[in-house]
Amino acid sequence: MIFDNAPALVVIFPLIAAITVPIIGYYNKRLIPYYVTLVIFCSFIFSISNLRTVMQTGSISYTMGGWEPPFGIEYAIDYLNGFVSIVVIFIIFIVSIYAKKSVEQELPGRTINFYTVFLLLTAGLQGLIVTGDLFNVYVFLEISSIAAYALVSVGKSRDALMASMNYLIIGTVSASFILLGIGYLYMVTGTLNMADLADRLPLAFDERPKVVLAAFAFFLVGFSIKVGLFPLHTWMPDAYSLAPSAVSAMLASTFTKVAAYVMIRVMFTIFKPDFIISTVHAHTILAWLAAIAIIAGSVLAIAQTDFKRMLAYSSVSQIGYIILGVALMNQIAMTGGVIHIMNHGIMKAALFMVAGAIIYKTGIRNINDFKGIGKTMPYTSAAFTLVALSMIGIPPTVGFVSKWYLALGAIEAGMWVFVGVIMLSSLLNIVYFWRVFENMYFYRAEGGKVDEVPLSMLLPILILAALTFLLGVLALYPLKEIMAPMVQIILPG
Amino acid sequence: METIITIKPLLAVLIPLICAVLIIFSSKHPNIRDGWSVAAGVVLFLTVLSMLPDILAGRVIQFTVIEMLPNLPIKFKVDAFGELFGLTSSFLWIFTTFYSIGYMRGLKEHAQTRYFFCFSIAIVGAIGIAFSANLFTLFLFYEVLTVSTYPLVIHNETPEAMSGGRKYLLYLMTAGIFLFFSVAAVYYYTGTTDFAFNGILDGHGIPVVMLKILFITFMIGSAKAAFMPLHSWLPSAMVAPTPVSALLHAVAVVKAGVFTATRVILYVFGVDLMGETGIGLMMAYFVCITIIVASFYAMTHDNLKKRLAYSTVSQLSYIVLGVSMLTPDGITGGMLHIPYHAFMKITLFMCAGAIIVTAKMENISEMKGIGRKMPITMLAFTVGALGMAGAPPVAGFVSKWFLLLGSVELNQLPILIVLLASALLNVAYFFPVIYTAFFQKPDKELTFGEASPFMLVPLTLTAIGSLILGIWPDAPYLFLELVNVAVRNVTTGGI
Amino acid sequence: MIEDLILAKYNYWIYVTLMMIGFYAVIAKKNLVKKVIGLNIFSTAIFLFYISIGDVIGGTEPIYIHGEHVVYVNPIPHVLILTGIVVSVSITAVALALIIKIYEEFGTIEEDQILELQS
Repeated sequence: MIFDNAPALVVIFPLIAAITVPIIGYYNKRLIPYYVTLVIFCSFIFSISNLRTVMQTGSISYTMGGWEPPFGIEYAIDYLNGFVSIVVIFIIFIVSIYAKKSVEQELPGRTINFYTVFLLLTAGLQGLIVTGDLFNVYVFLEISSIAAYALVSVGKSRDALMASMNYLIIGTVSASFILLGIGYLYMVTGTLNMADLADRLPLAFDERPKVVLAAFAFFLVGFSIKVGLFPLHTWMPDAYSLAPSAVSAMLASTFTKVAAYVMIRVMFTIFKPDFIISTVHAHTILAWLAAIAIIAGSVLAIAQTDFKRMLAYSSVSQIGYIILGVALMNQIAMTGGVIHIMNHGIMKAALFMVAGAIIYKTGIRNINDFKGIGKTMPYTSAAFTLVALSMIGIPPTVGFVSKWYLALGAIEAGMWVFVGVIMLSSLLNIVYFWRVFENMYFYRAEGGKVDEVPLSMLLPILILAALTFLLGVLALYPLKEIMAPMVQIILPG
Repeated sequence: METIITIKPLLAVLIPLICAVLIIFSSKHPNIRDGWSVAAGVVLFLTVLSMLPDILAGRVIQFTVIEMLPNLPIKFKVDAFGELFGLTSSFLWIFTTFYSIGYMRGLKEHAQTRYFFCFSIAIVGAIGIAFSANLFTLFLFYEVLTVSTYPLVIHNETPEAMSGGRKYLLYLMTAGIFLFFSVAAVYYYTGTTDFAFNGILDGHGIPVVMLKILFITFMIGSAKAAFMPLHSWLPSAMVAPTPVSALLHAVAVVKAGVFTATRVILYVFGVDLMGETGIGLMMAYFVCITIIVASFYAMTHDNLKKRLAYSTVSQLSYIVLGVSMLTPDGITGGMLHIPYHAFMKITLFMCAGAIIVTAKMENISEMKGIGRKMPITMLAFTVGALGMAGAPPVAGFVSKWFLLLGSVELNQLPILIVLLASALLNVAYFFPVIYTAFFQKPDKELTFGEASPFMLVPLTLTAIGSLILGIWPDAPYLFLELVNVAVRNVTTGGI
Repeated sequence: MIEDLILAKYNYWIYVTLMMIGFYAVIAKKNLVKKVIGLNIFSTAIFLFYISIGDVIGGTEPIYIHGEHVVYVNPIPHVLILTGIVVSVSITAVALALIIKIYEEFGTIEEDQILELQS
C-alpha cells in the first residue's frame, strides 16, 4: 500500500518533483504550475493519511532503508507534527495556486527556477516536520533555508538582494548554533535519534551537566533566530517585505511556524518540561521575551507605512503569541500556542496574499495610498476585513480561539501580567489594522470600476479568509480530537 | 422553569443578516434595497413579537447554534429581560429605517448602500446581544455591534468625522478587550459563561478582591453604557448622521451597553452576591455622579445633538442605578427605563434630525421661532423632553416613579435627592430649547415647513408611543408586564 | 592546572578560537565577501569540533578487520560532517551568487556603501 510509505512520501514527493520540474519545463513551460500544484496536493493527501494513522493507531515510526532506530534515520510522526505537517502543506498548496499568476507577473521567464526552488523549500519544511532524527533536522533546516534565501533574493526591488544576504548570514549563524547544540548532545549521549536522546539525556545530565546546558543554550538561541523571536527578528521584516508576493505569503506562514514546531519538539520531547522548569528556568525567559515581542512587534507595525512591512512586524508580534503559549508551561496555554501555529499561518498567508493582490493590480504598497481599493477590489478587501478582524481577535474567528486559550493559560499560570499583554496587543492590532480599513473604504475616494485580480489569485485568498471564520466556528473538532491528545503527550500534567 | 427549544431566536438574528446580504446585491436599485430594509424590519419585529406570549407565561426559549469551544457554545436564550431589549430595538428599528430612508434621500447622501448594510448588521448585533444565553455569545455580538456601527459613525468621512470615529472605535474596542478578559476570567473560575437568574459567580470561592476587580473590568467592558469617565465617545459620535444617532445612541449601542451591565450585575454576579459584597451600593453611588455631572455638561452645549448626547449619558445611568439598587422596585424602574428612554430619546433625536434636514440648523440658539413652522415636530420634541424630566403622563414618569420607590425601599436618602435633583436639571436644559422654538421671534423670515412624511410620521408615532406607555403602563403585553416577569425571575432565582 | 584546562582540551580551544575569528569577521567586516569567508571559518570550526569529538584514544580507522579486537574511532561525526561540508559549500555558493548580483545592481560589495544606496 502506498500509504504505508506516506511518512517518507510527504518529503520525497516534492523533492523528486523539484528535480523533474526543469525536465518538464524543457518540453512545456505552461504545465509547470499545474504540475507543482498537483504534486503538493498529493503530498497534502499523504499528510492527511499520516495524521489519520496517528489518530487510529498511535504514533508512527518509519525507518529509512531498514535500519532500525536509533541507528538508522527515523521519521516519527505523532499528533503534534502530524498536525503541523497538514497545516503547512495545506498553506503551501493554497500558495501554489496563488503563485501562478503572481509569478508570471513578478518573475517573467523564471518560472522553472522559481518552482524548482519552491518545491525544494516544501520538501525541506516537510522533512523538518516529520523527521525524528536530530541531525536530519539540521540538514532539512539548511535545505529549506537555502531555498528561502534564493526565493527572497528574486524580489522585484534590488534591496531584496541585501535582504536575502542578511537573512543568509543570520540564518547560517543560527543553523551553526543548532549544529553545535546537536554536537554537544551527541558528545554526551552518542545518539541522534530524538526518542533515544530523550531517554539518555537525564543520565548524561547527571554526568556532564555543563555540556547539556550549553547544548540547550545553543538550541534556544539558534531556534529563536529561526523563529524570529523579538530581539533576534531583524532579518524578518526585510526578507518578508521585499520577497515576491507568493514567497512572502509562504515564508511568513510556514517557515517560522515550522521553526517554532522544531523548537517545541526539542524543548519538550528531547529536554522534557521538567528540565526546562526546574533546571534552566527557560520558560520564564521565553515568556518574557515573547511578551516583549508581542508588544514591540505591534508597536513597530504601527510605525510602518509599507503594507507588507507592517505585516512582517505583525508576524514578529504573532510569533510572540506562539512562544508565549509554549512558555507558560500549562496545557491550556500550550493548546493556544500550538493552535496559533495553524491560525496565524492561515491568517498571515491570507494577509500577504491580499498585499500581493493589491501590488499585482495597482503596484501600491503604501497604506496611505490604498484609498478607493475597497471599491475597485471589493472581494480582496472583504477578505482582508475578515482576516484582520480575526487578527484583532473578534469571535468567532480563529484569532479569537488563540487569544482565548492564551488568556486562559495565562490566568491558569497565575501570570496576570501576560493577560494584560494579550489585551494590550489586541488594542495595538486594532490600531494598525484599522488604519488600513480606513484607507481602503473611507475618505470618499472616487470609486473606479471593479478591477479584481484573476480568479486563481482571488480564490486562494477567499478560501483562507473563509477558513479563518470556519475553523473558528468549528474549532471544537480539532481541539478535542487532535489538540487534547497532543498536549497530553508533549506536556503531561 | 419551562424551556422551549425553537429556532426563532436564531431566525431573529438571521433575518437582518440576510437583509444585509440582499442590500449589497441590490445596490443598483435604491427602491428595492430600501424595501429589503423595511421588510426585514417588519418580519424581524413579528418574529420577536411571536415569542412574547411564551415569555409572559414564564417560559424561556432556547436555541444552541454550535458549541464553538469546550463548554462555550454560541447559544441563544430568550428570557423576559432579553425579550424586553429585543422588542424595543426591533420595534424602533422599523421607525428608524423609514426615517433613514427619508433622511438619506433628503440629503442625497453618498454611500447609501454601505449605510443600510451596516445599519442591518448593527441590528444583528443588538438582537444578538438581547438574545444571547451566555457571556461569550454576548461578547460576540457586542463586537459585531462595535464594528458595524463604525462606518455609520464616520459616514460623512470629513476629518472631523474620522477623528470622532477613531475615538468611538478606541473606546468601544478597548471596552471589548476588557469584556474579553472578564469573560475569560468568569469561564476560568466557573467553567461556564451561561447566564443564570441567581448569578453564576456565587459559590465558587472567588476572593472578594477578585470579584471587585472583575466587576470593574466588566463595567469598563460595558463602556457602551457611557459611564462617566468613559462617556466621551458618545458626544464625539454625534458627528454621525442623525438617524444613526437616533438608533445607536438611543437604542442599539448604548442600550446594549446598559443591557450588558445589567446582565452582569443580575445574571452573572447575581442579586445575592452583589448585596453581600456591597458592590451593588458602590455601583449605585458611582452612577449617581454620572447622572448629575452629565446633566451639567448638557447645559453647556448649544449644539442640540450634543445636548441630547449628554442627556443620554445621564439617563443611561438611571437604568444602571435602578438595577444596582437590587430591590424589586429599583430593578423594575431600571429595566423599564430601557424601552421608555428609548422611545423618548429616539423621538428627540428624530426631531433634531428633522430640524437639520429642513431648517439646516444644529444649534439651539439659531432655532428661534421654528415651533411655528414645524409645530408637529416641536410638539413631539416637547413630549420627549417632558418624559426625560419625568413629568406625567409621559413614559419617563413611570420608570422614575419606580426608581424613587426603589430608593425609598433601600432607605438611601442621597439617591432620592439625586433623582429629584436630576429631574430639575433635565427641565433646566430642555426648557430653553422649547422656549426658543415656540416663544422667541425668528431673526429672519423662516421659509421651511415640516419635514417629509418619511421623517415626520415616525417621530410622531414614537411620541405618541411615549404617551401611551406613560398613560397605560400596565396595559397587557406592554413592557411593564415583561419587566415584572424579569424581576420575578431575578429575585426568586427563577423558580 | 594549565595542563588540565588548556593543553588537555586543546582541540576545543582551537575550535572556539577559530569560531570567534569567524564570528568576528561576520559581524565586523563591511565587505560581503569577507563576511562569507567569516561564515566559512565559523562553520569549519564547528566541523573541527565534530571531528575531534569522534576521536577515541588509541583508536584506529573504522575499517572492520576480521577476527581482531581493535578500538575504532567513532566514524559517525565524520560522516555527519561530510554532510555539513556539503551544506556549507552550498551556502557559500548561494552567498557568492548573491554577492555577484549585488555587485551588478549596486556597483559595490561594501555594506556601508550599499546601505547608502538603498532607498
